[in-house]
Amino acid sequence: MPFAALVAYLPMILVAATAVAVMLGIAWRREHTVTVAASVLGLVLALIAQAFAWRVIPVQTPLLSFDGLAVLAGLLILASTLVCAILSHAYLESFHGAREEFYVLLLCAAAGGLVLAASRHLASLFVGLELLSMPLYGMLAYAFHEQRSLEAGIKYLVLSAAASAFLLFGMALLYAQTGELRIGLLMAGLNDGLGLWGLAGIGLLLVGLGFKLSVVPFHLWTPDVYEGGPGPATTFLATASKVAVFALLLRLMLSAPVVQGDWLRSVLTGLALASMLVGNLLALTQSNLKRILGYSSIAHFGYLLIALVVADGLAAETTGVYLITYVLSTLAAFGVVILVSSTTGGEDVAALHYYRGLFWRRPFLTAVLTVAMLSLAGIPATVGFIGKFYLIALGVEAQRWWLVGGIILGSAIGLYYYLRVTITLFLVEPGMRRRDASDDWGVRAGGVVVLAVAVLVILLGLYPSPMIELARVLGGIAIR
Amino acid sequence: MILVWLIVIPFAGGLLCWQMERLGDRPTRSIALVTMLVELLMSLWLWARLDFQLPALDGSGAQWALEFRVTWIERFGIDFHLALDGLSLVLIVLTAFLGVLAVLCSWNEIVRRIGFFHLNLLWILAGVVGVFLAIDLFLFFFFWELMLVPMYFLIALWGHSGSKGKTRIGAATKFFIYTQASGLLMLVSILGLVFAHHASTGEYSFSYQVLLETTLSPTLSRWLMLGFFIAFAVKLPVVPLHGWLPDAHAQAPTAGSVDLAGILLKTAAYGLLRFALPLFPEASQAFAPIAMGLGLLGIYYGAALACGQQNVKRFIAYTSIAHMGFVLIGIYSGSALALQGVVVLMLAHAFSAAGLFILSGQLYERLHTRELGKMGGLWNRLGSLPGFWLFFIAASLGIPVTANFVGEFMVLFGTFPTAPWVVITASFGLVLAAVYSLILMQRVHYGPPRSETPLKGLDSREFAMMLSIVALLIWLGIYPQPLLDTTETTMDEVHRLFEPSSTPVPGVSAEPGAAITLTWEAR
Repeated sequence: MPFAALVAYLPMILVAATAVAVMLGIAWRREHTVTVAASVLGLVLALIAQAFAWRVIPVQTPLLSFDGLAVLAGLLILASTLVCAILSHAYLESFHGAREEFYVLLLCAAAGGLVLAASRHLASLFVGLELLSMPLYGMLAYAFHEQRSLEAGIKYLVLSAAASAFLLFGMALLYAQTGELRIGLLMAGLNDGLGLWGLAGIGLLLVGLGFKLSVVPFHLWTPDVYEGGPGPATTFLATASKVAVFALLLRLMLSAPVVQGDWLRSVLTGLALASMLVGNLLALTQSNLKRILGYSSIAHFGYLLIALVVADGLAAETTGVYLITYVLSTLAAFGVVILVSSTTGGEDVAALHYYRGLFWRRPFLTAVLTVAMLSLAGIPATVGFIGKFYLIALGVEAQRWWLVGGIILGSAIGLYYYLRVTITLFLVEPGMRRRDASDDWGVRAGGVVVLAVAVLVILLGLYPSPMIELARVLGGIAIR
Repeated sequence: MILVWLIVIPFAGGLLCWQMERLGDRPTRSIALVTMLVELLMSLWLWARLDFQLPALDGSGAQWALEFRVTWIERFGIDFHLALDGLSLVLIVLTAFLGVLAVLCSWNEIVRRIGFFHLNLLWILAGVVGVFLAIDLFLFFFFWELMLVPMYFLIALWGHSGSKGKTRIGAATKFFIYTQASGLLMLVSILGLVFAHHASTGEYSFSYQVLLETTLSPTLSRWLMLGFFIAFAVKLPVVPLHGWLPDAHAQAPTAGSVDLAGILLKTAAYGLLRFALPLFPEASQAFAPIAMGLGLLGIYYGAALACGQQNVKRFIAYTSIAHMGFVLIGIYSGSALALQGVVVLMLAHAFSAAGLFILSGQLYERLHTRELGKMGGLWNRLGSLPGFWLFFIAASLGIPVTANFVGEFMVLFGTFPTAPWVVITASFGLVLAAVYSLILMQRVHYGPPRSETPLKGLDSREFAMMLSIVALLIWLGIYPQPLLDTTETTMDEVHRLFEPSSTPVPGVSAEPGAAITLTWEAR
């Protein structure tokens, strides 16, 4: 194996090795803090390795292609896994039962995400996707004595398995049409004529991947799973897992100049509009923060589908910037939920009434959640605004006026529930129920990470140049 | 660099107030007051020191008295670019002055969470000053949206919930969604402009002066102009888009209403003058008849609905809509005289509306109601408050000697040559203004008293506040020349957009000012 390929593989190797090491460690002795420390160490090393991998790309192996997109997605996946791991420590402290296995699952899923984001072969695509999804079943149902958590896990298992079946069937049909499993060549093979099989194959592929991104109309699982899953698992699902799938989808679209026929663009436009509107509209009446975040993520991936519709010019850069902004804002929002839920066992503290008047007890924690909400709503001075700016710029540049109109309408509707969450934090009512973060949350690892993420949301919102540069450089390095 | 300080000072003052709350109420309020006084003194000092009558160089675009520029987001050619000219300076002085008033008038009204209240209040002012200074379109949009968030909190947290279903949070959310959604339309327009510029030159730029040079096809220009117009029309507000205003005013605390009527509405007029007209001169000119028609509609609609209101603050809110109709007509008439009148009218309305809102706040502190039906016969029970009330009512209906008269007169006089019928129709609106103003006065202060017990009169703080506004209104009503001199160059630039064929002659630009001087000597 050439040296460059080894460097490119190193993050995956490190994450996988950490997973194995942690598993063996647990078999030998159960120590929660040590397990967390080992996982965090592995993830930090992998992040550093990812930075080195940046120097050697582009690198191609038969199964994987490490281009700018893969490296950028890898950075995001590793960073959000790292945050999840640290937050899990706070969250699982009060958990009754085995805590350590959660990190094994988390690390396996992260490795799967890395593979998926870099795959250029249908085999690696499937392996990556399943490696990402399988541990998630376990993570979502981790608090299996809670009914909702178990329900979330099983729901995700059943629906995800169905989506995988769709995906496999689509792959089979595409193979039947073109006799090719390498994505680039497969797409080129469709050049000669899509055919009935090809059409059906692409459609089924879209269903399978759309399910993972929870794009309308494949979104039905999202709110329940978000609500039921333990905080850290949901966080991972909302950030790392979606980033990986979207990176893959973008590579698919970029490497398929042919398939960008008008019909596919129309279908994607329809999916995007539906996701923006349905996601935002359904969130309006929710009174559970995790459900709201679930619907909000449906809407956000609706916005992001614009990048797939346009798929040239600014598209890769926009995707990079938007994914960064989305991941940061989502991590901050879920971080607060996890911290508030972490003192007591049992179900997560996600109903909005628990957050009533939080500001007057925990001003800084509330500031984090406020910043996260404003960022998700796309208000200036937060990083979310830069993402929205990029998306609208992309839509205007490509003159996709329907999609631009959809973003504006969606944002206007979305404001309603983001503001509702925000204002709840500041209201004071007599007899509010007190469930709260621990008093020293700000100096513990989880609190520090959440604060850091919030500061990053503000800083990158005020001075986005480094983020833009990163997305531009990495978005520019692509393998055709 | 002083321009940056103008934005940073209220911003930092707000943070300080938040953290100083633990020292007690008085220090918090004092810090806010001192912050705004410093801001006011700085802007007045700038006014005294700078010369705004720079001769505009032919074809070189606007001249700035002060400028500050650093690169911000290189990728899209976005600069942190602030600039000051006569118009923005006048509006910043206004912002600082009303900021002082807003702090003072909430001195007794706001008793809970004072630190956070002043944080929001000062951040609104910082955002507004940013709007008036920003000359990069991205930066302008940035501040335009940024000032909404603290305003939202101000209404939602310290507002008053009215009767059935009119909650303060609902009003605040409505305000936010209206302005944010229309703001996004403006963002689309800005981006459309930038990409049109990119297509012709190959460079990204959000700079005002660069984009002024962009050549657009008439169709594109029309659509982009409309995006800007809608954003500003929501904020002004222009009638079909005014839905948020009465609710926001009625539910906001006094300081919020003062800021809203006095400053936030003015950002829209400023935006039209600074961006919508100069960036799309032809499209705006073609749009002028429609805009004037909307202005007329606003005058009559505001007046008619004001008459039927039962809530003092809603009443004043509807009169604001009527006054902004005159501003809209003046802006789109394009005559130099009318444009100068718009500036005077903006200030006059800011002062008179702020005065009325502060007075109704004071009335609420004494009567604990805003319902007109529960007032009446207050003239003898309140000391000097009804006298001030009468003055502001007179000002708002445009009695000579007040600045409102000067503004409305100049707008109507200047518009007459271009659109006589609009002026004639609008003049009848003035009669309606007299009607609704007197109705308000009658229902609040005259008629049979509900009780004979005297209520607390004005204390020295309240008295000084009212007296300062009265003095300003009379000063501008008698001798508006210093103000007109300051904004003349800027408004002349705008005026010239409406006559594309004629080359600017140095003598001509001096004429409107001279005409005004003459007018005032003749009277």
